[in-house]
Amino acid sequence: MASTLINVQPKAKRGDVIEIKALTSHIMETGFRRTAAGDLVPRNIITTFTCRYNGTEIFRADLFPAIAANPFISFFTVATESGKFDFEWTGDLGFTQTASAKIIVE
Amino acid sequence: MILLRAILVAVLLTASLPLRAGEIPLDQRRSGYSFMAPDTQKIQDDETANPGMLWVLDGQALWNKKDGTAAKSCADCHGDGSETMKAVAARYPAFDTRLGAPVDLEQRINLERERHQGAQPFTYESPDLLALTAFVAEQSRGTAIAAGDDPRLKPFIEKGNVLFMQRQGQLNLACASCHDDNWDKHLAGSAITQGQPTGYPVYRLEWQTLGSLQRRVRGCLYGIRARPYEYGAPELVELELYLMSRARGMKMESPAVRP
Repeated sequence: MASTLINVQPKAKRGDVIEIKALTSHIMETGFRRTAAGDLVPRNIITTFTCRYNGTEIFRADLFPAIAANPFISFFTVATESGKFDFEWTGDLGFTQTASAKIIVE
Repeated sequence: MILLRAILVAVLLTASLPLRAGEIPLDQRRSGYSFMAPDTQKIQDDETANPGMLWVLDGQALWNKKDGTAAKSCADCHGDGSETMKAVAARYPAFDTRLGAPVDLEQRINLERERHQGAQPFTYESPDLLALTAFVAEQSRGTAIAAGDDPRLKPFIEKGNVLFMQRQGQLNLACASCHDDNWDKHLAGSAITQGQPTGYPVYRLEWQTLGSLQRRVRGCLYGIRARPYEYGAPELVELELYLMSRARGMKMESPAVRP
């Protein structure tokens, strides 16, 4: 399943503040809902999102049950050098998802 | 309580008024997009923020996946979907000669699976069916809706029109009561739109997932306390067909985002 959409501009000038947008597909089941039979639907959410820029962690977020399905996260960083952004989502029931994006800094 | 009473009064007032009927002229037709808050519009416009694009990507992968007893993929017959499926969704529901009735895009995909791939049809609203539909529909982005051109569809459009004008449910409302006669007003906090199906399948924030026009219409029927038609029922397809022909000339925007 194609489950992530990453938006990082392909080129930037050194020192530019750039926006990074990351969307991933996930049901984000809160763990508070019940089925018609009254059984609790187990919680199934993404708990952590991290972004590494050439190996260095530049952004981390903890996610909680009130966050909508298919969470969209956007944040800013300073373009310092050419390289790669690595994104990682981890969550309940052993969920992991990774994605990456390249950037050229001039 | 006051709100409830106000709604009840509004409903009774609306129910007592005769339907004005008559289609909205082309220059006054407005997509649901124009009723949305700018923030929601931005989600739809940005292809990396629009969650509907996740299904489009899935659909693209499915397009090339072999399936069924014939071990054929959509691409084996139709080639590159981003070329061959251009403007196709804009003329659906279309007439199926073998069935002698209109079929919508979801039904067409399932018929192709049965007839050419020897595969099981997908269930309505399943992720795979939504993904393929979204992929095909996305190829019509910006195309003017042209459904209902086929003369064989005429009786079905008329049936859809009758259903659209027909009051039903405990609230005794017709589709037209809101979407023809009161589309410039509000129902509680929500804008009443014209009900133009320009962006299906849509990612609805309320659903937190992608959904078909049939799901949306069933939601409306539930809202007026009527018994929703089953998925795939001829009535739903006729309503879809009427809605698409009513939106003729409007630009497709699938996969759209709606509140």
